[in-house]
Amino acid sequence: MPAVQYGSCSYELKQGESVLDALLRNGVAVAHACKAGSCGSCLLRAVEGELPARAQAGLKDAWRARGYFLACVCQPEGDLTVAAVGNDARIAATITALDRLTHDVLRVRLVCDAPFDFRPGQYVTLFRDNALARSYSIASLPEEGVIELHVRRIPNGSMSGWLYQEACAGTPVHLQGPSGECFYAPGREDQPLLLIGTGTGLAPLYGIVRDALKSGHRGPIHLFHGAVRPAGLYLGEELAAMAAANANLTYTPSVLEADVPGPFEVGPIDGIIARRFPKLDGWRGFVCGDPALVQMLKKKLFLSGIAVRDINADAFLPSAS
Amino acid sequence: MHIMSPSPVSLFEQLGGHAAVEAAVDNFYRKVLTDDRVSSFFDDVDMDRQRAKQKAFLTMAFGGPNSYSGKDMRNAHARLVAKGLNGSHVDAIIEILGATLREMGVAEGLIQQVAAIAESTRNDVLNR
Repeated sequence: MPAVQYGSCSYELKQGESVLDALLRNGVAVAHACKAGSCGSCLLRAVEGELPARAQAGLKDAWRARGYFLACVCQPEGDLTVAAVGNDARIAATITALDRLTHDVLRVRLVCDAPFDFRPGQYVTLFRDNALARSYSIASLPEEGVIELHVRRIPNGSMSGWLYQEACAGTPVHLQGPSGECFYAPGREDQPLLLIGTGTGLAPLYGIVRDALKSGHRGPIHLFHGAVRPAGLYLGEELAAMAAANANLTYTPSVLEADVPGPFEVGPIDGIIARRFPKLDGWRGFVCGDPALVQMLKKKLFLSGIAVRDINADAFLPSAS
Repeated sequence: MHIMSPSPVSLFEQLGGHAAVEAAVDNFYRKVLTDDRVSSFFDDVDMDRQRAKQKAFLTMAFGGPNSYSGKDMRNAHARLVAKGLNGSHVDAIIEILGATLREMGVAEGLIQQVAAIAESTRNDVLNR
């Protein structure tokens, strides 16, 4: 089997094992989260050896040229010498504010030390240090000068636990990215937009809605935010005010269950949307949040008439241990 | 004097080429996902990847440029054969393909030619 050289040590890969798993198995601390070639946390650099194409799929050309690759989806055919990318691919940032939006959603605001270009709705990978990273969608607009992330507290979560308990205004971190294709593309300004987010799936949509309005989108924009219970809804007042100020924007919060009625609809979010908009021919859709729900909603939007190319989605993959 | 005979127009060109495939693929896929006879085979697939596969299939069935091989067809469907994929499902797909083309206003003669190409994959799809 091929071996992977890291620092002064060489580790033989087991059958079917990725470079990331081999390093972790041998106690090498490599940041990682999705383990699916998506989040970019486990980015390493190949110093010597042949990389399989899949290990570099989706990376920008400059990174590919430098030998950067995703260790979680790298199963080399031959020996490989790799090194940490360190902060070459990342920029330094500082946490400026931490606000609780619900009992388990934290708004994290950061400023970057260098210009950081992104489209609202894309995601960044936040590094506490070289061993811990997680990806979060960007809820802010570039001209606001801050990066806003919505972080859901995960039971025993390493990053969310640290952000809740230890991080504070002034804490330095690093950002890598941005990545992702789920954002508002200018053009077709009269097209109706349907945006559906569950939980912190609202974060990218909060950026996308404001980006669309700012870009002069004239067609109707319908934003749906779903939570299990009313306590899981957040930014409701801001979004209601935004809808009141923009004639083409509607905001509909919904929950699966509620003890008492409130300013939200109750029931499965796909049913609420299907009743309101049974036909979606010619619309553009955005779906973000829980992966199973995203896949289900993508299919429903497609069957209701939205073309596949007009469905933008971001499934929030859980971090794999 | 030498008179050039017109080169025969291929099935793919008669159907409208890649633009026709692009116009057909969403409607075809939508029908597949809502047809109770075959929809369950597509329950857990990634939609974007699946659409790309449907497009490759339509391009091939339309007589267009493709790199389909019998081996690929066998490998791609082996898992589904194990789940009960049989000749009735192939029949359903060819029927849905015909219905999609009919909605686009394609002539019956061309639809028959497309159906014949799709039919030619039957044994590979079913791993016979």
